Amino acid sequence: MDGRSSRLSHVTLVQRRSPAGVPRGVPLAAGWVVAAVIPIAFLGVFFAWPVITLIGRGFVDENGFTLAGFAEAFGAARTLRIIGQTLALAVTGTLASVALGVPGAYVLYRCRFPGRTWLRALVSVPFVLPTVVVGVAFKTLFNGPLAFLGIGESFGAIVLALVFFNYSVIVRTVGAMWARLDPRVVEAARALGATPARALWTVTLPALAPAIASGAALVFLFCASAFGIVMIMGGVTWGTLETEIYYQTAQLLNLPVAAALSIVQLTVVSASLGLANATRTRRERALRLRTDGVAAPALRWSDWPAVVPTLAVVVGVIGLPLAALVTRSLATPEGWGLHNYQLLGIAGSAGVSVWAAAATSLATATQAALLAVTLGLMVSFVLSRRPRTALGQRAQQVLDSLFMLPLGVSAVTVGFGFLVALNRPPLDLRSSTILIPIAQAVVALPLVVRTLLPVLRALDPRQLEAAATLGAGPWRVAATIEGPYALRGLGLALGFAFATSLGEFGATSFLARPDTPTLPVLIFHLIGRPGADNQGMALAACVMLALVTGTVMAAAETLGHGEARGW
Amino acid sequence: MVTGLQVRGASVHYGGTVAVDRVSLTVAPGEMVALLGASGSGKSSLLRAVAGLEPLASGTIAWEADDLAGVPVHRRGFGMMFQDGQLFPHLNVAGNVGYGLFDWDKAERAARVAELLDIVGLSGLGPRQVTELSGGQAQRVALARSLAPKPRMLLLDEPLSALDRGLRERLVVMLGEVLRRTNTPALYVTHDQDEAFALADRVAVLDQGHLLQLDAPETVWRSPASRAVAEFLGYGPFLTGDVAGTLGVSVEPGDLVAIGPLGLIPASEGVELSVVSHHVDRGQVEITVRLPGGQEAIVRAPRPPEQALIAVRVAVEGCAMVPAGA
Repeated sequence: MDGRSSRLSHVTLVQRRSPAGVPRGVPLAAGWVVAAVIPIAFLGVFFAWPVITLIGRGFVDENGFTLAGFAEAFGAARTLRIIGQTLALAVTGTLASVALGVPGAYVLYRCRFPGRTWLRALVSVPFVLPTVVVGVAFKTLFNGPLAFLGIGESFGAIVLALVFFNYSVIVRTVGAMWARLDPRVVEAARALGATPARALWTVTLPALAPAIASGAALVFLFCASAFGIVMIMGGVTWGTLETEIYYQTAQLLNLPVAAALSIVQLTVVSASLGLANATRTRRERALRLRTDGVAAPALRWSDWPAVVPTLAVVVGVIGLPLAALVTRSLATPEGWGLHNYQLLGIAGSAGVSVWAAAATSLATATQAALLAVTLGLMVSFVLSRRPRTALGQRAQQVLDSLFMLPLGVSAVTVGFGFLVALNRPPLDLRSSTILIPIAQAVVALPLVVRTLLPVLRALDPRQLEAAATLGAGPWRVAATIEGPYALRGLGLALGFAFATSLGEFGATSFLARPDTPTLPVLIFHLIGRPGADNQGMALAACVMLALVTGTVMAAAETLGHGEARGW
Repeated sequence: MVTGLQVRGASVHYGGTVAVDRVSLTVAPGEMVALLGASGSGKSSLLRAVAGLEPLASGTIAWEADDLAGVPVHRRGFGMMFQDGQLFPHLNVAGNVGYGLFDWDKAERAARVAELLDIVGLSGLGPRQVTELSGGQAQRVALARSLAPKPRMLLLDEPLSALDRGLRERLVVMLGEVLRRTNTPALYVTHDQDEAFALADRVAVLDQGHLLQLDAPETVWRSPASRAVAEFLGYGPFLTGDVAGTLGVSVEPGDLVAIGPLGLIPASEGVELSVVSHHVDRGQVEITVRLPGGQEAIVRAPRPPEQALIAVRVAVEGCAMVPAGA
């Protein structure tokens, strides 16, 4: 029997089995529903339930439902000050990141020069650095070498740390689009008599606007929910909603006020998420107009307006704090040396050595990364379908926003919610060590989805159609065409998930048990203790943690491909 | 017994837009039918509906006696070739050609791949990366890939339109030979009538979702069913009986004379017309003249006109009669 006749008999068999009137693609749709239901259930149990339980507590007192928390929160001058500070920090941090990040995107993605790959990797390291490390690095800088500036616990210092952290978000988002803009459009404007500045202002920036807006919305989100940085650098003067929620829940056990603040934060975050989503859709649509394989021209002297701010950021905002951190970690009362690193094996005031905490962190982050990437792959596959019906498209949009939510809900709320909601039947996991990786996976999931989804969406749907016309069923198409394609983003997604989990502090600080802290939790503990040895250990541990996350991201970068570089 | 592809009253809608409106046609075993039309005529939508890539709003598509509604793309056994090849970039040439042979055993599969590469004139290129292929080679690999699983029919969606003219003309010949040699029936979408007439046993002319005519190529060319078909084929201007009369042609009432590209020729005994302009095209001179009714028409001549007037006659074999209505 040759291939043809066996195919034909197969076709006939299948047709006889399928009853008339069944719309085509039903088994396929069922498969996608399963792939959507598992991550939704995960988020429902480990995100929505704890968060809702915790927030719900704030609306109940011994007499039943109450809005006393809101009244108390908004009656206090402190709350209004915190909201004001949160918005001021977020707005300033976002504006500064955009103003510096756009020239950076040009230099790093639209120009060619020796060491570009290396520099791109360097600027993307801060984003995955644990916020605790960022806070310690800046504190070290402004209390050490730059103490004469007297801006240790100031607004400006925190904004600089926010820029340090978020610079790469703008550079990546805008750069990925800039690299793909058709240079002929600018050439056409120049040929029509526009100066380079005019062409930039009238042609390039409007084309980049969706990418800039979407990057800015994300940065706003990260700034507005900054926790570790503000905890370490803000002292008693500066706070955000996130640190205040931590303070109200963990220190004062004032759940009603914390709940009210959580709702305020959720509102702010939903608004910026909505904005990010709207602009992202536009960007993905606009990106289809790209021309592939645009060669970047070599960097020229006339590029100085972009090169100067980029150098300033790379050296001043990114380089200096890291250098300060490393040098201080090598400083001991007896002069320069590795004394602080020798302390890493000693169980200090916390009763746990840094090496032991590092081992805990690595194990936890590995579990969290695997969990986040598995779920993220499922979500990305579902979200990269192109549903034909309006209902399907709507459901997909809702799902898309749903999986972005953990980015915006306070990690502190998630962590504390775990303690409140998951400590009794039907689900008593409080004593289980699995809670920490789960919480970290919840936090990392949106980043994983944002990394994988653009890769899968960039796949031409006709590739899938071509495979189908060659006789490949939906699962075979997923395995043989989409699978290999998704691999391009998988390295980067794993790296992000691992690095984020390794540095996660907000939720982990609630869940880590005193005898098995993770590295960021231990660092926070040490930095708050008096004594040169404790400070020195903290600094050395920060360098360790930064080295590990930096190495992981550098490895992930080399595995990643162009499509996965922007959010 | 019913054989081949049967399309009956097929409509394709995109939201409120009607892309294909109640089209019926058949493709017999071994036959090649060209779907000819301008962009937006619905020809590609109809092809995608046959492949199972677009749902039908109404009508049926059947293979022999089996209705294909509810049969997903991958079980229809129709091969498809896309405009830009859509080769899988992560597979090499052999991997692409062998993609549809997943249930064949390894040796048979390798033999089939080699056989197909030989048929399309690319023997030995199996290990090559598809990103290293030229445009023409890529389309030949795409053809080999779509034929490898021995599809019961091949659907071709403007497979040559992304290539330059010389390459296209060579590949049309190869495509025709390969399809006849493998005896694969085919539905071929194109906007290029030369391609359609060179390859097809029958040509279907589509316009705005409607099937205007379905006939053998020479019938479509000699007797366009309507003015729209004639216009698409390059006929024009269209002369009413009285204007045609002044040029010495008689027409049935209600018909128009469609002047073809060679419908007016210089002739010393002909009617003298005034010259509007002229230009050279592929070594021939195209002279624009004004007809008695005021319409402009083109006369092809070996040399530029020497005077402001040129004597011309109608070559009946270069013209067609079409109903005046449409």
